[in-house]
Amino acid sequence: MDVLACIKRVPDTGAKIVLTDDEQGIDTSNLGFTMSPHEECAIEAAVQLVEDHGGSSTVLTLGSEEATEQLRTGLAMQVDEARLLETDGEEWGARATAAAIADAVRDGGDDVGYDLLLFGNESADVANHQVGVRVARELGLPVVAGIKDLTVEDGVATAKREVTGGREVYELDLPAVVTVKEGINEPRYASMRSKMHARKQSVDTTSPDRREGPGTFEKLRLEAPETDDSEAEILGDGPDAVPRVLEVLRDEVEVL
Amino acid sequence: MSAVLALVEQESGEPAETSLESLTLARDVADAADAALEAVVFGDEGAAVAEDVGAYGVEVVHHVTHDRLDGYAPEAWGDAVAQLASAGATEAVLAPGSDRGQETMAHAGASLDLPVAANCTDVDVGDEYEVERQRWGGSLVEHARLAAETTLVTVAEHEVRMEPAAEPTDPGVEGFTPNLDDDQFRVTVDRVEPSDTEGVPLGEARVVVAGGRGVGNAEDFDQLEELADLLGGTVGASRAAVNEGWRPHDDQVGLTGAKISPDLYVACGISGAVQHMIGCKGADNILAINTDPDAAIIQQGEYAVIADLHEVVPALSEAIRDAE
Repeated sequence: MDVLACIKRVPDTGAKIVLTDDEQGIDTSNLGFTMSPHEECAIEAAVQLVEDHGGSSTVLTLGSEEATEQLRTGLAMQVDEARLLETDGEEWGARATAAAIADAVRDGGDDVGYDLLLFGNESADVANHQVGVRVARELGLPVVAGIKDLTVEDGVATAKREVTGGREVYELDLPAVVTVKEGINEPRYASMRSKMHARKQSVDTTSPDRREGPGTFEKLRLEAPETDDSEAEILGDGPDAVPRVLEVLRDEVEVL
Repeated sequence: MSAVLALVEQESGEPAETSLESLTLARDVADAADAALEAVVFGDEGAAVAEDVGAYGVEVVHHVTHDRLDGYAPEAWGDAVAQLASAGATEAVLAPGSDRGQETMAHAGASLDLPVAANCTDVDVGDEYEVERQRWGGSLVEHARLAAETTLVTVAEHEVRMEPAAEPTDPGVEGFTPNLDDDQFRVTVDRVEPSDTEGVPLGEARVVVAGGRGVGNAEDFDQLEELADLLGGTVGASRAAVNEGWRPHDDQVGLTGAKISPDLYVACGISGAVQHMIGCKGADNILAINTDPDAAIIQQGEYAVIADLHEVVPALSEAIRDAE
């Protein structure tokens, strides 16, 4: 089976995020880049499925030429091929991104070139929670989001979603789209050898059309959230604090 | 008069907390837009939410029914919401930022070919809407402009305080049967597997005792288990602790794990990175136990003990047992 994993290059932010002066983005001058955590798991799932069922895996992203770095991370994780839908790096919304990916997947014809399309449930930065679903709708494929367990047998994907007290089980006929969450697997570490190899592999680069639908949704500016200035009540230092903690749990929080 | 629709998730006729949060924001939108506040519910027992949502000022409950709609079906839900929105003059549709809320609105947005603003914390009504929404799990606020025939929004969980209306209403229940075919039922909940973990599920626990890197190893989570048992709660973990392999991912609290709202969250050896706080800020009370008085969690919580959790947690368990 042929599996596509779609990822997004995002800054590797620490505890504190610094904005650019124009408030349009994150100051990345001192930051490295990575991909969203859910998407690393999408790559791992793609590689594992191809290991088990044969076929080929592909990693795809829409972004600037720099996003090749994240595609190579995918290649180093044993993905077979990489595709870049190259843009000037400007932020594309969920609809335009999904339309471009759907175009790329159809590749001029009506047929979807993959048996399974994997996405992260939401990107780490913008978190629109939509691209996977919108791609599926563009392609007329079944889709389920937020999956933490995925197996494929006889052309059917069995996908499980965590809910309170258990897991919902969905069954999708392939071809299908699934968006996954961290915890579905443990992404492998790429060996130095595979990283070296990935550097030499080619990346299939194309320029997508930007299609926007009716209605607009545009970022005006970013800001740091208001911080809560209230300080915690310090109940004490060390084990001596225990009697006071007990009092608080009994009389204020009322959990005893 | 135009309407503002609010998707209300329910179980056994009882609306979910996050749905009441988004309903509260939907009421503000309806008031500002001079529109009627109307709820959309699915499920056999959906109509039973009428009284509860009446307390929030809902004028009409649209109970979506269809002979094939006996469980959750994301595409069917999304298309039903889209059809209901198109059936009348609909100013806006708001849904909770839950798994189902996000998925349903993504389908509705695709179906209507309109943008969806996800994880909003504020909505400013106008010819063009302005929204405040979360990026990076709430580490950043985005101000965005949304211009569409119908404004589609999901509301960030545990950000908007649920607040009943000043004047409760007595909403009428209207059935709505969407036009759905096989395609929309390709993906449905086939079955539910009960969780094999024992004890109270993380999402339902009134008390969560969570551990981070400061716990140091998997074995010492036993100390947290003991305290959680005594408090009738369950154990959670930070991403750092899960990555170390000390706890299963199902225990993870935070941006890429569970987002919970217990009465009490005890954070043991957790520094309180933004990505972690997004998962626990819904807690009524946070008690931090940390050796570092400057840890971010100390600022964010209600109570703090500056101590090594390995000393305090067992001592606290002992004190609770002694007090009983």
